Amino acid sequence: MSDFQYDVTIIGSGPGGYVAAIRCAQLGMKTALIEKYNTLGGTCLNVGCIPSKALLDSTEHVHKAKTEFSEHGIGVGDVNIDFKQMIKRKSEVVQQTCDGVSFLMKKNKVDVHTGVGSFKDAHTISVKPAKGKAQEITTDKVIIATGSKPASLPFIEIDKKRVITSTEALSLEKLPKSMVIIGGGIIGVEMGSVYGRLGVEVTIIEYMDRLIPSMDADLGKEMKKVMSKIGVNILLKHKVKEVKTTTRSVTVKADDPKGEEQTFKAEYCLVAVGRKPYTAGLGLENVGIETNDKGQVPVNEALQTNVENIYAIGDVVRGAMLAHKAEEEGILVAEHLAGQKPHINYRLIPNVAYTWPEAAGVGFTEEELKEEGRTYKVGKFPFKASGRARASMDTDGFVKVLADKETDEILGMHMIGPRIADLIIEGVVAMEYRASAEDIARMSHPHPTYSEAVKEAVLAATEDRALHI
Amino acid sequence: MAIVELKVPNVGESINEVTLSSWLVNEGDYVEVDQEICELESDKATLELPAEEAGVIKFVASEGDDLEIGAVVATVDTAAEAPAGDSKDADKKEAKADAGPEEKKADAAETPAEETAEETTYATGHASPAAAKLMKENDLKPEQIKGTGKDGRITKQDVQDALDKGVQAEAKESAPAPSPTPKPAAASGSISMAGGDFSREVRTEKMSRLRRTIADRLVEAKNGTAMLTTFNEVDMEPIMNLRKQYKEKFKEEHGVGLGFMSFFTRACVLALQEFEAVNAQIQGDGKTLQYHDYVDMGIAVSTDRGLVVPVIRNAESLSMAEIEAKVIELATRARKNELDLDEMTGGTFTITNGGVFGSLLSTPILNAPQSAILGMHKIEQRPMAINGEVVIKPMMYVALSYDHRIIDGKESVSFLVRVKDYLEHPEKMLLGADPVQQLLGL
Ligand SMILES: Cc1cc2nc3c(=O)[nH]c(=O)nc-3n(C[C@H](O)[C@H](O)[C@H](O)COP(=O)(O)OP(=O)(O)OC[C@H]3O[C@@H](n4cnc5c(N)ncnc54)[C@H](O)[C@@H]3O)c2cc1C
Repeated sequence: MSDFQYDVTIIGSGPGGYVAAIRCAQLGMKTALIEKYNTLGGTCLNVGCIPSKALLDSTEHVHKAKTEFSEHGIGVGDVNIDFKQMIKRKSEVVQQTCDGVSFLMKKNKVDVHTGVGSFKDAHTISVKPAKGKAQEITTDKVIIATGSKPASLPFIEIDKKRVITSTEALSLEKLPKSMVIIGGGIIGVEMGSVYGRLGVEVTIIEYMDRLIPSMDADLGKEMKKVMSKIGVNILLKHKVKEVKTTTRSVTVKADDPKGEEQTFKAEYCLVAVGRKPYTAGLGLENVGIETNDKGQVPVNEALQTNVENIYAIGDVVRGAMLAHKAEEEGILVAEHLAGQKPHINYRLIPNVAYTWPEAAGVGFTEEELKEEGRTYKVGKFPFKASGRARASMDTDGFVKVLADKETDEILGMHMIGPRIADLIIEGVVAMEYRASAEDIARMSHPHPTYSEAVKEAVLAATEDRALHI
Repeated sequence: MAIVELKVPNVGESINEVTLSSWLVNEGDYVEVDQEICELESDKATLELPAEEAGVIKFVASEGDDLEIGAVVATVDTAAEAPAGDSKDADKKEAKADAGPEEKKADAAETPAEETAEETTYATGHASPAAAKLMKENDLKPEQIKGTGKDGRITKQDVQDALDKGVQAEAKESAPAPSPTPKPAAASGSISMAGGDFSREVRTEKMSRLRRTIADRLVEAKNGTAMLTTFNEVDMEPIMNLRKQYKEKFKEEHGVGLGFMSFFTRACVLALQEFEAVNAQIQGDGKTLQYHDYVDMGIAVSTDRGLVVPVIRNAESLSMAEIEAKVIELATRARKNELDLDEMTGGTFTITNGGVFGSLLSTPILNAPQSAILGMHKIEQRPMAINGEVVIKPMMYVALSYDHRIIDGKESVSFLVRVKDYLEHPEKMLLGADPVQQLLGL
């Protein structure tokens, strides 16, 4: 019935785009994926989630070797850091993961077109490779998944030499002596951990009164403690107003909370103030889509743009800029196109920082509950009291559970501690099923595990009857 | 072996037929005493039929049947054994074994009657993610599915079971022309599973009991009375200003918002006390007139089952805040289908607000046996000629439909003019007169 080459074409191969492609193919649509770079996987696989986790893991080993091995009875002498090898290993992990996506595209018979995708009209997209001629493809539906790029502040010029973004910070050639990080959000604390653990003199300058300000305030407070422990210098309520570079260094000026100007000099300044949606070169003007004041592509609940056959997902639309959020949206659009009616519970998309200890949260934060005027109870359990955490020497952090005062329904779960990035899903499952704190407390949690801290926290929330404290 | 018949109970005066809208158990299930086995829809309310005895149930009537009072709905074989693992009592005993403080409390409060009754919690009817998707795709509501998960949560299998049993999307009763669920964008595209681009299919559907009652009563009112409508228009500016000025304070003081309904109710109550015939009705014998010293104000509320008219008793005795609170309470309960029958009968006058849907002007139909009904409409900025000048004013048309048999033109028109006067000079509502004139004894 269709006069088009493809049932659906996806522009951008990040976690939003490639997952949408797989799901569309699974549902029997003839699917094309356009990516301007030679490797698939987008920000997340190339310069985001995967490489940052690779470096976080490497540097955590360094940290443990330096500070904890002797306590375990292991003598390793002076710990020798081969930074080049660290970056090389990271690149290999990225390479393997991106190759994995290419394989998945072949397996699912998704046609991959390399080049910048640009709308000619709502059903025609030109694909312009780095070299050579543009080629046109026609398609019934389109999914925009062009993701995001690092954002900056108006007075900061990112030269990628001294003033850099996370992308450069993940591929430095030489270990620097010092680094100023502007922004104490998730990317800021993750990169701060990487370099702090390697002995780099790191200063994080944050405008708000706490680190990771999008998460529950208790997490930010604890995060400051643990970051300070690895020697990262943290300055809150500081307003950066100037960044100046020379060939060798960069000077950052900021007003401290008293309004007095402070000057920081370092080898690098990493700007980690967030990311902005990316639509350059996409030719949105040719189809009559206008981005909003945040640069996002406006969409309705079904992630449909104002042009009926064009959808948008991931970092380029409203909502949290997270890989798993992009993936869920990719699946939602694919299934919607197939006539199904899926739904995403945006409140239950977990947020994670992969520092050590890790920090994660889902559901309402305590601040949000207060603002909404809801009555709630809090159950908290510190890893200090966990046998498992003592065994692994990971006693920093806690699990915090917020439950409705009347119904005992779990409304939020926030944690900072060992491997809790893998634990937060318990909160997601609980809240998807609208479980009460007592429901979770009545489920057997294996001993000894970090997950027992969740059980203890829900017990505490139920009626203050934690067992091990 | 004893077979007990479950019959349609006497549900209230003037109701002699109900419709079996849905089964809440499966044929052959073991039902407990007082377990709700089906939903019966009467003219106005829905009620659940409880089992009088425990046993295995056999259906006699079918979903959609109209049943007279006393008709047999199902039979219960009381000789049948309760299935071992499935029994609620067994569950309860197990729970008791390791009862935490919570359960103990629950046990203490238990009476024999409650023992088998299903407990509902905030999570009852909450669908799992996969179940929710399946429900959405089939346009099913949680109420249509029996959740077998913990605390009545709906599992994926529960939805599958309901679909297998033929449970279908509820017809939307309130909308005269049901709007078809919008097709997903792809439906017309190449990956569409449907056939052509347009359809000539028709759909027939049994009218719900409520819809049939509405139909009968409307025709009755139209044919059985000498209905006529008079119109007027109200400058809403004074009330809007008043609301603006006192909104916050009113809310603080009374805990309810200051809406338009209290003003209209109050204005009508005062006018009704002056023009008694508008608040009167012709008795069933067609020869006697019944006047009321009180005003029982019907408020038309649109719900997704249809229009219902809950009644505010002794509206003349209520303060503005009390009226607002009552309106909200009745409307919310009406929408949740929680109103009792007697809360919807016996009004002496009715207000209906088509304005909420954007109606500019309409002729409401009488809510028999009442003799008059006031129609509110949407407020619109209109140019008005005032003292020889064009001024833009927020105006509302009001309509009064009345039964000409007992209300004369002069009375109806004066009534509406009086209502208009009160609304445009809300201060007069204080004592039913201008306070200044009152002071001066004029
Ligand atoms: C340092 C860092 C760490 C992160 N860590 C995490 C983490 O641990 N967990 C997490 O959930 N999220 C993390 N994120 C965020 C995550 O990477 C993003 O949310 C995610 O990549 C968004 O996916 P997306 O599919 O919307 O877009 P992207 O991944 O940004 O992909 C968009 C793709 O579209 C391509 N593209 C753009 N325009 C065109 C065009 N016109 N034609 C063709 N191709 C085009 C781009 O080249 C890119 O490959 C991290 C981000 C950074 C920067």
